Amino acid sequence: MTSFLLAMTFFLVVMVAVGLFCVLRGASNADRMMAVQLFGTGGIAALLLVGVAHGTEGVVDVVLTLSVLAAFAAVAFVKADESSAKDENRPEQGS
Amino acid sequence: MRIAADIFTIVAILTGAFFFLAGTVGLLRFPDTLTRLHALTKADNLGLGLVVLGLLPQSNSVFAGLKMILVWLLVLLASATVSQLIARAARRDGPPS
Repeated sequence: MTSFLLAMTFFLVVMVAVGLFCVLRGASNADRMMAVQLFGTGGIAALLLVGVAHGTEGVVDVVLTLSVLAAFAAVAFVKADESSAKDENRPEQGS
Repeated sequence: MRIAADIFTIVAILTGAFFFLAGTVGLLRFPDTLTRLHALTKADNLGLGLVVLGLLPQSNSVFAGLKMILVWLLVLLASATVSQLIARAARRDGPPS
């Protein structure tokens, strides 16, 4: 079972790495942010798999940190995007 | 009993990995931003959910299992919020297509 879990971890990490090509190529900034979001979720799943495979419970705490961090990164991106858009062209138009 | 739990784990985690594969392929191949967001949220919600579900029979204690479910619920909440925010940013950046 341990080797299966580790093989799945490897698979997920490869998937996330392929998804990160979107950050390089990205059609828009939103697409880049989506790739980072996938990195967050894939990283969470991979860490959980490793934690259970090796029987180390503490990994779940690392996972909690990562999940909060990924969410905050996306919120920070959207806030920065919003304020730069306001500065550039339409100062009066809110959402 | 042990074998049944192991089979359940393998099936659930393989299904979860499939959703991650689908999410990555969708992110790379779908034509516009909103469809890519759709593909991504499948990986977030179902992929991680199935992986957590598959890991439950392997965890040592009930408490550890509950904590993993809690992580999934947190990610669900966060990804629902974040996908709304990203969609709004994408719509502001370019014309909706």
